[in-house]
Amino acid sequence: MDILNNLFVSLYVWVADLLHGLLGGLGLAKDAEAALVSAIMVLLVITVILLWMVLMVLILIWLERKNAARLQDRVGPNRVGPWGLLQPVADTIKMFIKEDIVPANADKFVHTLAPMVAMMPAVLAFAVIPWGKGMQPVDINIGVLWIVAVASIGTIGVFIGGYGSNNKYSLLGGMRAVAQMVSYEIPQVLTMVPIVLMVGSMSLVKINEAQSGWFGLQWFIFAVPVGPIAFVVYYLSALAEVGRTPFDLPEGESEIVAGYMTEYSGMKWGLFYLAEYFNFFIVCTIAATLFLGGWNGPILPPYVWFILKVYGLILLGMWIRMTWPRFRVDQLMNLAWKVLVPIALVNIVLAGLGLPIFKTIGF
Amino acid sequence: MSTPLVLTYVGFLIMAAVAICGGLIAVSARNLIRAALGLILSFVGVAGLYFVLEAEFIAVVQILVYVGAISILVLFAVMLTRGLMRRDLSAQNSQWIAALVVALVLFSALLLVATGTNWKVAETKIAGDLIPKLGEQLMTTYLLPFEAVSLLLLAALVGAIVIARE
Amino acid sequence: MLDRYGVVALFAFMAVLFPAIPLVFSWIIRPKKPNKSKTTTYECGLEFEDFPEEAQQVWVQFRVQYFLYAIIFVVFDIEAVFLYPWAVAYNALGLYALVEMVLFLGILILALAYAWRKGLLEWA
Repeated sequence: MDILNNLFVSLYVWVADLLHGLLGGLGLAKDAEAALVSAIMVLLVITVILLWMVLMVLILIWLERKNAARLQDRVGPNRVGPWGLLQPVADTIKMFIKEDIVPANADKFVHTLAPMVAMMPAVLAFAVIPWGKGMQPVDINIGVLWIVAVASIGTIGVFIGGYGSNNKYSLLGGMRAVAQMVSYEIPQVLTMVPIVLMVGSMSLVKINEAQSGWFGLQWFIFAVPVGPIAFVVYYLSALAEVGRTPFDLPEGESEIVAGYMTEYSGMKWGLFYLAEYFNFFIVCTIAATLFLGGWNGPILPPYVWFILKVYGLILLGMWIRMTWPRFRVDQLMNLAWKVLVPIALVNIVLAGLGLPIFKTIGF
Repeated sequence: MSTPLVLTYVGFLIMAAVAICGGLIAVSARNLIRAALGLILSFVGVAGLYFVLEAEFIAVVQILVYVGAISILVLFAVMLTRGLMRRDLSAQNSQWIAALVVALVLFSALLLVATGTNWKVAETKIAGDLIPKLGEQLMTTYLLPFEAVSLLLLAALVGAIVIARE
Repeated sequence: MLDRYGVVALFAFMAVLFPAIPLVFSWIIRPKKPNKSKTTTYECGLEFEDFPEEAQQVWVQFRVQYFLYAIIFVVFDIEAVFLYPWAVAYNALGLYALVEMVLFLGILILALAYAWRKGLLEWA
């Protein structure tokens, strides 16, 4: 059982030892060699995470389309590969070989920069996400804030995408998207405070460790009433911040064509799309870590528990997407400022008052 | 010099270069949005400098508040103005000589202070997690400034609303 | 130190590199045959070139509503930043700190109430 639980950690140690052995012959100074090995290991880890995430996105796209079809009594993709499994691969190839059309009036440099800026925060966020026990690239004591901070960089990518296209639909969509993203960032930041308060740290690893009691079932979502309230507020505002239906007004095709993505095609559009799925995956991992115990759970290895929870949340998000109509813009803003922010503020005070009680029952 | 120290210097140089490049773009761009993007790049460079100094909380606050929020405020303010799609805006106006003089005076004053001050270097690093200590200090020693911040924010909000609605 | 911030720096490096890779790769293999009607600005059911000069200018002056939202956002963002060190230290400080924070939050709720009352939160 121990071998299985520590599979990836042991793998990491084994590869690092191998590297040490290889580089030992170079005759470097001791600390230089250690720095080099750790740098190579980190680059390896990042590459593995990104490749794994690209695979995850391909699966998510397939899953989303199949799920949508099932819920709407259709069949969904079924031509490319068994059960249409290779459909996302075919889409990717199409994206690579598609001509990149840039409007003549566009600000070409900014137009190219925008999808890259939109993608960056999605990569940065993985620096702190723990995939299992000991499976985090880095454990910094500001983990929770790091996630929110880098996510806020994404709004700039969306805005300059709208500006750089020099198209009124793009600009309108970009402005709307930014207004929506910043509005939902506030409840998202506020609703994580009760969890930080109960743990006494912002490190995602410490938050995981704090939920390890009760045979791995001491999850913060069971800390009634603070936990469930915080979870619901987080999940809703996270869905809204990554712009998923029913919160996909920036792309409301009945009003503004495709919003800030109107003038994008080929791989640039593909990057926006990839970033969207990365972000969706990230908010599900954060929700799983903060509220559903992260890697904690009985019997199964930690990383399996983690992926199971993340996929549970992803399927929930897809279910919401398939069954809810799109919000109106005023309803959207009302939900953020008049419902979620006040609830989150009250929840913080509740958590402060309830902390002695939570402490006595073990949280 | 040990390897970590060398890498710290390299990190400092890279981040300082990013901050300065951003600032240069901000003052020289002929398009307001591009100038704003330069400003954001400069903010990112400053956040990187905080990381190099191991002030991770300040660094992340710099990203959250400046890169994520103030920059959006700047961009939205730019959207309130007219004629912005133009790419031929002059980065200079009639006051550029005066501005240059003021900037140079300010720069030399800062340089004098920075080089003339006897900076106290702590002998030992403060051990452990600093954020709980920061929170404690905010709640005890610096309680009054802390509460004043909320009043300041309230005043800023009310003032902005009043001005914007007129 | 290197263990923590070195990793963050390498992540930042990869964050710049990773989006560039597919763009460069597709730049190499994709066709490049722009023509006038491809590169025209997208318009719905109309020909963009037929528009008069001033209608082709997409840059309109946006309304002040967006800016006001941004201001409220900045104010609450800064508030949230103050909440985090408080939350981390709360265990050691106890109920006394809660009272102080309720005072802090109360003033900001006043700000939210003011914006609400003035109709700033209405998207009309």
